[in-house]
Amino acid sequence: MQKKWEEMPSDEKQEAMFQKWLSPKGIEFTSPEAEKLYKQRVTRIRDAVQLKRLPDRVPVFPNVGFFPAFYAGITAEEAMYDYDKLYMAWKKYVLDFEPDAHVGVSLAGPGKLFDILDYKLYTWPGHGSSPLHTYQCREGEYIKADEYDAFIQNPSDFFRSVYLPRIFRTLAPFKKLSPLTDILELPFVGFNLIPYGMPDVQDAFKALLEAGGEALRWGSVASAFDKEMAQSGFPNFFGGTTKAPFDAIGDTLRGTTGIMLDMYRQPDKLLEALEAITPLLIEMGISSTSRTGNPIVFIPLHKGADGFLSDEQYKTFYWPTFRKVLMGLIDEGRVPFPFVEGGYNSRLEVIRDLPRGKVIWWFDLTDMDKAKQMLGNNACIGGNMPITLLNVGTPAEVRDHAKKLVDTIGKDGGYIMINGAVIDEAKPENVKAMIDFTKEYGVYK
Amino acid sequence: MTEDIVSALIDLKEKEVLEIVQHRLNIGDNPMSIMSDARCAMETIGNRFASGEYFIPDLVYSGVILREISDIVKPKLTGEAEIKRVGKIVFGTVAGDIHDIGKDIVVFMLDINGFEVYDLGVDVPVQKFVEKIKETGAPIVGLSGFLTLAFDAMKETVVAIKTAGLRDKVKIMIGGGQIDEAVRKYTGADAYGKDAMAAVSLAKSMWEINKGPLREG
Repeated sequence: MQKKWEEMPSDEKQEAMFQKWLSPKGIEFTSPEAEKLYKQRVTRIRDAVQLKRLPDRVPVFPNVGFFPAFYAGITAEEAMYDYDKLYMAWKKYVLDFEPDAHVGVSLAGPGKLFDILDYKLYTWPGHGSSPLHTYQCREGEYIKADEYDAFIQNPSDFFRSVYLPRIFRTLAPFKKLSPLTDILELPFVGFNLIPYGMPDVQDAFKALLEAGGEALRWGSVASAFDKEMAQSGFPNFFGGTTKAPFDAIGDTLRGTTGIMLDMYRQPDKLLEALEAITPLLIEMGISSTSRTGNPIVFIPLHKGADGFLSDEQYKTFYWPTFRKVLMGLIDEGRVPFPFVEGGYNSRLEVIRDLPRGKVIWWFDLTDMDKAKQMLGNNACIGGNMPITLLNVGTPAEVRDHAKKLVDTIGKDGGYIMINGAVIDEAKPENVKAMIDFTKEYGVYK
Repeated sequence: MTEDIVSALIDLKEKEVLEIVQHRLNIGDNPMSIMSDARCAMETIGNRFASGEYFIPDLVYSGVILREISDIVKPKLTGEAEIKRVGKIVFGTVAGDIHDIGKDIVVFMLDINGFEVYDLGVDVPVQKFVEKIKETGAPIVGLSGFLTLAFDAMKETVVAIKTAGLRDKVKIMIGGGQIDEAVRKYTGADAYGKDAMAAVSLAKSMWEINKGPLREG
């Protein structure tokens, strides 16, 4: 009889999640060959992660941003607004390049939705950025220094009534809404609902419904894409996503300056807020991977990179709650996939403190020899194909660097060939060289 | 008393340093000397950053404290504090890119090392660089960029400087996130720097090449 989920140790949970990914629900492969390739690809990634069996070869996974758009000849703006073109471009990329895994289409978000809600937190192609460029974050103190208590006490209500009205102009009337937890007895219900009758609040809700319709249209394109790719033999690498607590608060809530000042001016409040948001971020990673049936949880990291924090600050403010998120995911059989943009040379000693075969560290500029030496027996590492070579180098230079990575970091398994930073304007022949060379040279004998 | 502002600011003791500043103004100290103490502390903070003892949050916090000091002292200042400057640099994040954290750190480090930095901000159109070079006669240009789209924007900026007939008059350095030798070659810049400290030493050597020995403070 099958064991209940709660009774399984994390090893078994992880294996069960990989089995789910290996045999995806509702997928009818286009051919026996497609099925074989799909299973080989997922198995190859699993073996690189678990460090139990040597994979048949080094998996290769270009983590592309808007590269498929530029490659297929559409603009970044078209990719965000015209879902047919988005689908066509990303499909062309996958079928032409045949990577071991793709990234899906969801990173190029639904542009129209952002228009409807009048999203202030970002500029995006054609809307504050050039139609040819990717989106960028407009940092600010969207949560004020004296609002930690309100946030900690009820993060969800704070988001609805304070934060969302600040980042989406259209939702500004949500400021008038009362906490839903006030609805406890019959006489309280009416009072709580009064704001929902106000014309401006109703307009905001109508806009939200329209945005939801747009999200659904875009979401069904994204899942149709994943389905067609899986049926043709290509898994989506991303099972779900979450963030490190320090980045969650520092990136889009308090901003870089805000969170840095908080470390000096109100360290205890900051620590309390980091703890408060931690279970929410664990749940985000778990629920998103439950929907896809793929255990890999993408975690883009920012403010813990070399130079951004002192060792002491990293160990005090960044790592404790980040580790809790990683462990919360690992305990539920998920595979955290933190993307370390920039360098992490000064953090390697600290991040070693995790169970074996549970994480994929995607490195950008980190010293890979040092990373292999410090983490190689413990965790799968990926990355370091320089984005500069992919953008302005030659295929020969890309192959040389790939060879070095396969020979040194890929030795004995536990390595995935990934670019350093996200690929947007790279030369197609360089991306092709990265993939084809790894497939040919990265075979384990 | 002098030592107090300097060491309190270096140690990032915000409350203490502001109290000392207020006290010194109350007893009729020269506002100019308060600002010059603060500047002296900022130089030490910059040196600590350069030596790896201080990190970005320390720079950010010290910058905020400095602004608070200057807000208190400025109304009492009668003239501009005279700061000896060794050289001029036009600086900015290139067109299309709105990242400012790295740029601000480099500008800060150049400033405390005595350079007069004309900071054009972020998403700077190529023509704005050209105009500022003409206006100031600065012999050094610093181009910052975090995103990969900046590679092309940097290249276009270098071309625009050349087209304006200014290429021989300036040395151009680039830096930010991913910038390396391959990108330097691609953009046609003269040098690239991995961090703010590299930018300072590049600026110093570029100044010497273009203008002769630096006049030290």
